[in-house]
Amino acid sequence: MSAASVTEPSARAKGIAGFLVLLYTVITLIPLLWIIATGFKTGPDSISYPPKVVFSPSLEGYVNLFTDRTRATPEQLSAMQPPTNFVDAIVQRRGEVITQPSKFGARFLNSVIIGFGSTFLSVFLGTLAAYAFSRFRVPLKDDLLFFILSTRMMPPIAVAIPIFLMFRNLGLSDTHLGMILLYTGVNISLAVWLLKGFIDEIPREYEEAALIDGYTRFQAFRKVVLPQAATGIASTAIFCLIFAWNEYAFAFLLTSGTAQTAPPFIPTIFGVGGKDWPAVAAGATLFLLPVMIFTILLRKHLLRGITFGAVRK
Amino acid sequence: MADTPIDRLARITPPSVARRARGLSDTAIAWVFVTPTILLLLAINIFPLIWTIRLSFTNYAANKPNAEVKWVGLRNYERILTDPDIWQTMQATAHFLVWTLVLQVVLGFALAWAINRKFRGNDLMTTLIVLPMMLSPAVVGNFWTFLYEPQIGLFNYMVEFVSGVPASSFSMLSSVALAPWAIVIVDTWMWTPFVMLICLAGLRSIPDYIYEAAEVDRASKWRQFWTMTIPMALPFLMLAVLFRGIENFKMFDLVVQLTGGGPGSTTLLTSIELKREAFEKWRTGYSSAYAVILFVTIFGLASIYVKALNKVKER
Repeated sequence: MSAASVTEPSARAKGIAGFLVLLYTVITLIPLLWIIATGFKTGPDSISYPPKVVFSPSLEGYVNLFTDRTRATPEQLSAMQPPTNFVDAIVQRRGEVITQPSKFGARFLNSVIIGFGSTFLSVFLGTLAAYAFSRFRVPLKDDLLFFILSTRMMPPIAVAIPIFLMFRNLGLSDTHLGMILLYTGVNISLAVWLLKGFIDEIPREYEEAALIDGYTRFQAFRKVVLPQAATGIASTAIFCLIFAWNEYAFAFLLTSGTAQTAPPFIPTIFGVGGKDWPAVAAGATLFLLPVMIFTILLRKHLLRGITFGAVRK
Repeated sequence: MADTPIDRLARITPPSVARRARGLSDTAIAWVFVTPTILLLLAINIFPLIWTIRLSFTNYAANKPNAEVKWVGLRNYERILTDPDIWQTMQATAHFLVWTLVLQVVLGFALAWAINRKFRGNDLMTTLIVLPMMLSPAVVGNFWTFLYEPQIGLFNYMVEFVSGVPASSFSMLSSVALAPWAIVIVDTWMWTPFVMLICLAGLRSIPDYIYEAAEVDRASKWRQFWTMTIPMALPFLMLAVLFRGIENFKMFDLVVQLTGGGPGSTTLLTSIELKREAFEKWRTGYSSAYAVILFVTIFGLASIYVKALNKVKER
């Protein structure tokens, strides 16, 4: 028996393991595929029993997602011009008229603004702090890092009480700026901790060589450390973005209109007379898809991000 | 000793000049870099924490900002700890916590174990399995209420398909007996990949030569698993339990979307109860005390656990 065969699993073991994992993968993806499929169903198709796996796709869900509609009276319907585009055709076929564009577009845009704003700020501040923690003797460094971690143990609702009062006094309730600052405050601990790990891995000799060549410390940081840490900075940014993108508790309690993000909004989508599941699913698809793509891009650094840098592989 | 021109130059340059030549001193840079982060943490984390502790000794109500605020001492704490309803909340939280941890550890470890057999396509499947945990719990939780619909839901249909129990005969979210399990199922679906990823890192950290040595010693596969694989992967497994434990103790978004704490108070987890007290009944002082109790509990349990984890690591 050769040494390789000891640790290399047999073909049969591989086959069984592969089959079981494939089975789990299929089952675990069903809810996600169902979200995507429901987004392309018509109302009746979405609630038919038994559930329809094969159906003729429709953009009704997406049209409903972006419009507010009302039921049209027969007189209105007969007076209407024949539809000139597919949106009107879909709406008219259901006996409805569009009253105004829905709020989904604005809520989605809020998610983008707050997500990217807070990500930029956390990564910018986080990189500076992480560099200082990594390279210099900062007094109370160990306590600070432990403190940064322990802030994550507070339930968001518990933090929301004083933040709610503070924002009310400062006029930050339901503003983009308030949410950006809040998410930055929550994310910065993760950003500093992760980035410190990445910067620790860059050999100090590179900077020291640059310092000897006459660079100032700041130049060395900008021209030597930053390019080396680029991958780490990018993956930290994606983690911060995903957190801000998915966050629900603060958004639900502290925003209601102007700055409301998509997660508290999507569950409140209703159609004319009841829950409109195709529209909800269409909204969910548009909202979840970017994260799915980022997850696939990020797969190499995933472990590090989700364990706060505790497991680096 | 090497005596290069640079060394000579360094010796004859006065320290103050050298510092100016390099721009800001290292200490100054350190402070400039760290200060904004510290200020932000003070504003968003420390200050609110102190404020919460202060409020917890008062009868303040946020919906009546002009009412007189009375200092009530420890009365809020006393009322919470002697309230029989809080134990029901704790019980619901404990049920959720224990079962999600058990299921996720078993499933997550089994998956990691299987993926570590390195069959073809294991990388692709790992990436696909991980997807649920990266998504917005509120949005996904909301959609699960559709899957759990008794008449039309896919979940109920699949249960009927597999077990023959009629799909319309049970409702996962509105039955007192089933609702606590409904939230366990969705959380397990979402977070098993988290445990799996950490376990996979643990299994991959075990060097091959240990197994080779065990084969030479003719240790059975079963014995190898219990005396080598499990102990060496244990610190990773414990780390996964720590993260999931903390997260599920503060669970809010997923469950509030699924059941909102109902039916009755069968799935009323601590965070949902806290939200009701703070933002529906507006008992700000009382709920601040509740928040402090939760924080101390999580912090205390986590500290004890981390000590145990460090002991396992040292072995």
